Amino acid sequence: MKNLISERVADFVKNYPPFNVLDSKSLFQLAEQVLIIYKEKNSIIFTIDEPQHSHFYVVHKGAVTLNNPSTSNIVDYCDEGDIFGLRPLFANENYKLEARAHEECILYAIPIDIFKPIAKQNDQVTIFLMESFASNTRNPYAKSQKGQLYDNEDQEELTEEIALPDLQLASYSKKLVTCSTRTTIKKAADMMTKKNIGSLLITTNELPVGIITDKDFRNKVISGEQPISASVKSIMTTPVITYPKNLTITQAQMAMMKSNISHLVITEDGTPNSSALGILSKHDVMVSLGDNPAVLVKAIKRTSRIKKIKQIRKSVMVLLTGYLEQNIPLGLIAKIISELNDTCIKQVVEISLAKMDSPPPVKFAWLALGSQGRSEQLLHTDQDNALVFENVPEEDLPKTTTYFLELSKHVTKGLNTIGYEYCPADMMASNPKWCLSLEEWKNKLSYWIGNPGPNEVLMSSIFFDYSLAYGERSLLDNMSDHIFRTVKNYPIFLVHLANGALQSPSPTGFFRQFVVEQDGQHKDSFDLKSRALRPLVDAARVLILSHSVKAISNTWERYEKLAELEPNNKELYMACSYATKALLKFRTRQGLANHDSGRFIQLDQLSKQEKMKLKRTFKAIKEIQELITLRFKITNILG
Amino acid sequence: MGLFNRTSKNLPTFWKNYENLFKETQSKNFKELTFVVLDTETTGFSFKDDRILSIGAVKIKDGTISVQEVFDSYLEQEKFSKETVHIHGLLKNGQRECISEILALEKFLAYVGNAIIVAHHAGFDIGMLNNALERHGLPKLKNTVLDTGVIYKKTLIKSYLVQPKPNYTLDELAEKFSISRKDRHTALGDAYITAVAFLKITSRLKEKKNFSLKYLLR
Repeated sequence: MKNLISERVADFVKNYPPFNVLDSKSLFQLAEQVLIIYKEKNSIIFTIDEPQHSHFYVVHKGAVTLNNPSTSNIVDYCDEGDIFGLRPLFANENYKLEARAHEECILYAIPIDIFKPIAKQNDQVTIFLMESFASNTRNPYAKSQKGQLYDNEDQEELTEEIALPDLQLASYSKKLVTCSTRTTIKKAADMMTKKNIGSLLITTNELPVGIITDKDFRNKVISGEQPISASVKSIMTTPVITYPKNLTITQAQMAMMKSNISHLVITEDGTPNSSALGILSKHDVMVSLGDNPAVLVKAIKRTSRIKKIKQIRKSVMVLLTGYLEQNIPLGLIAKIISELNDTCIKQVVEISLAKMDSPPPVKFAWLALGSQGRSEQLLHTDQDNALVFENVPEEDLPKTTTYFLELSKHVTKGLNTIGYEYCPADMMASNPKWCLSLEEWKNKLSYWIGNPGPNEVLMSSIFFDYSLAYGERSLLDNMSDHIFRTVKNYPIFLVHLANGALQSPSPTGFFRQFVVEQDGQHKDSFDLKSRALRPLVDAARVLILSHSVKAISNTWERYEKLAELEPNNKELYMACSYATKALLKFRTRQGLANHDSGRFIQLDQLSKQEKMKLKRTFKAIKEIQELITLRFKITNILG
Repeated sequence: MGLFNRTSKNLPTFWKNYENLFKETQSKNFKELTFVVLDTETTGFSFKDDRILSIGAVKIKDGTISVQEVFDSYLEQEKFSKETVHIHGLLKNGQRECISEILALEKFLAYVGNAIIVAHHAGFDIGMLNNALERHGLPKLKNTVLDTGVIYKKTLIKSYLVQPKPNYTLDELAEKFSISRKDRHTALGDAYITAVAFLKITSRLKEKKNFSLKYLLR
């Protein structure tokens, strides 16, 4: 039965290969049999070795990753319009990869029984499928373009154009260190230590025959299997997997995964029968995937489409993973990632401004609030933002407000598209309550500070961590000055804020065990955000406000400033600064591993050492809370 | 002809079949429940004077909508209001094949069975359906009903300063959840938008402590 929904499905799939070559009759025949499936973020569509489904899938909304869980490698990333899970159905075998919803997804499941006869009748479809299976890529068209772009012998340097792993060439180390098969293991090890390398290529007559890596020494020599006087031939991995030099990152990743190895040898013609040019390791792939922040910033600034930014942000995440793996100090990581996030937001505002019919009537500032405002947002979370514009004569106010509300709607929608969820409390500039003139904001802030109930404290706590994301800085400074002036007049506000900072639930119980959530979806996991990070963030805010220090909104920088202002408490403040960074790193790692916000931690997945580390940070939390209790005399007033 | 004339004995077979389905208890497992997401287009907003122009519905089982299993019926009209035609574009006896009201109801009851009905501002659609049933001397729908307008509000954080609006339109929901507004203002198109919104709302609510059908009904 042809109906609106099947038309909708047909309308969508006809834009993508191989459906684009189907005639409308076959298209509708297919569309009528489709299942529309909703998948929650992180849910599994099929797992390795699962028997075939009766359908294959097209991504309608969202994104799906195909991974190999044993190596936790992402093999392919399917976006809107991409098909997956088809090859096993044709090859008549179980799934070889795991498909997981990378985002909330809507999938079209197309029955193979109906697709097969259609595909057989249509030569173009058959060719598409053969090519895509043979080249092991999802879309052979993309590959042929790659060839044209990069089929240049002189192309030695990596083109710093695009940061998409699909098209980007993998850079490999060209300084080859080799030895012959007769070299002793001891000598090989000495060479590797001297040159500080992790792998050594074994050659015969300049042709690569084998490779040894650190792992081989561990598995085959230290274990006692071979004496160090034996030749490297006895421990090398052979034959080597060779590839030609114009290898893209995705291809390299796939090659490594396919053979379950971590090093590829790049040779002149791609076969083991020509001399080696270099070695491409997993690490090289990692580094070139994330590439460098400068390239990403450039790429973001150059886009005029919001969807493109979303793709670039994927590379930002890879960069983040790489940084964390290399143990780069978190303060530095946060700086780089926040910078990139800021650039994304700026670009979204720019694009949104271009969508408006006229330029803004007066100057304005786009404020990032909450974790983003504190530059502590490493993973995608909710968007919290606000807009302030210059004062206008009263008669112009409604008109101006309308303009900025419309702009805000574009921006929040754009931010949503690139991966920031809408704020569930609607604390966004698209809400008329958060899109105000400077005067209106001042009144609102005065009210919060002058009448501090629990809600006002909550509101202001979100609001006092703001930073400029786009626009006129003087507006922001004006607001900050106003806040400090008002706070001086109402000292009681600080007491309330301090009290609010002590409200977070305690991280450990009476016996120093972790307090875990009692029920709900996160039962038995530890709430890192509200039990550990928030108390530190809240404490830093009230202390820095009491010192009237403006323009520092980052928590560990606040603690560092406090250490400078109060040398007698320096030790504690530095401990807090360290604890904040450690906890944020922890959260980010967890978030990346589980592809979520990292807020809840499964304690049984932590090592003993990690648990100890966590508990050490709790000591700082306890002490800073005691300091606040004493300093603001919380017990006397509110007790 | 009112309720009084028809005792449960002389109710038509299709109603009895429908009624019998409710004797079984529904599964407690949210995943196993069947939902029918529906929307009606009507000639106006009066339960008494206005009539249903079309009923569209999709069935959700375990997060999956089958394109084959959708419900899409256009009803023959005696009453015809010019004002609403330009909204829905449903002309009286237009190109679509129309069936009688009673036949549409019979088909709908067979389609919906004992599934849980989901609709946006469900009160209106259910009211229209119940009034139509009453005109044919039939009792009211027996299904459990969920309103996406109501359950959406459960995803919002309530606080004293930021209060949720009392009402959210389907357009606002589509915007929030980035659902394409294609086919808006056709019963089936709206039903599909509502269905996707429903899936997205429940997925967000699943994080809450005591998530269950009961929680949604509260």
